[in-house]
Amino acid sequence: MYEFFQMGGYAFYVWTSYGLALIILLANLIIPLNRKRTLLRNLARKLKLRRQQHDHTDENP
Amino acid sequence: MWAFLQKLSSPKYFYTLAETLIPWLGWSCLLFMLAGLYYGLIVAPPDYQQGDSYRIMFIHVPAAWMSMLVYMVMALAGGISLIWRMKLAEVIAASSAPLGASFTVLALVTGALWGKPMWGTWWVWDARLTSELILLFLYLGVIALNSAIDDKRTASRASAVLALVGVVNIPIIHYSVTWWNTLHQGATVTKLGAPSIHLSMLIPLLLMAIAFKLYYGLTLLMQARCEILERERNTHWVLELVDNPR
Repeated sequence: MYEFFQMGGYAFYVWTSYGLALIILLANLIIPLNRKRTLLRNLARKLKLRRQQHDHTDENP
Repeated sequence: MWAFLQKLSSPKYFYTLAETLIPWLGWSCLLFMLAGLYYGLIVAPPDYQQGDSYRIMFIHVPAAWMSMLVYMVMALAGGISLIWRMKLAEVIAASSAPLGASFTVLALVTGALWGKPMWGTWWVWDARLTSELILLFLYLGVIALNSAIDDKRTASRASAVLALVGVVNIPIIHYSVTWWNTLHQGATVTKLGAPSIHLSMLIPLLLMAIAFKLYYGLTLLMQARCEILERERNTHWVLELVDNPR
């Protein structure tokens, strides 16, 4: 097991490469998930606001 | 076929189709990646010259291949959007740019991390490395154009022109190792004739390459769905979707 993590003395280069790959691959999954959540939340808020204004003008013509 | 393409090009249809495809792509990508990591890190023997440092290849080479493939997809989608004004093509092009830039950064940095122990330097201005760096700048240019222009459709047209002009760089990257005397090694897989790489190393390399392609498909669909939501935010179907979120 120790030998495996040593990577024949190249541990720093090999594991930094794999670690960076993991970070970049995960980031590209998290970014669209966050973006979609924010977009849907903003759209819902805008829609609610528009409906409230609409109701308001109906009550006081 | 034509009817299917026409249906596919509708943003609303694509949005729902992408939703059903995403889990399939995600799980198959994970499967190929785990298999690739197992064969690449555990099964494959150390190289007789490079020891274990060559295992960086299983990230570096698929990332470099993807940096060029994604660019071609982006430029092709850009061309289609210029000619036919197809909304979905604009979405594909805009969503591909950050993903391609990520693959390019990964290829460049893992290349430096491999170059340091093997060549004794992080970076040289040789043809392969320099043309790959130019590829990164092209991606950054497309991303900057897309975000600098407020109207998304105008932005797509401008960035499509840049992407198409930049296509000239792709054959330069690919043939740089044969046209010039580079420190970077020549092709061992993507060439005519049999690959000059042992099967025990070729298998994990191909597994990782497939995993990276599936990953691109997955993240492209995820980004494209966001892009569609943003571009179609005033349409009836998006407002309906906001009322019943999925």
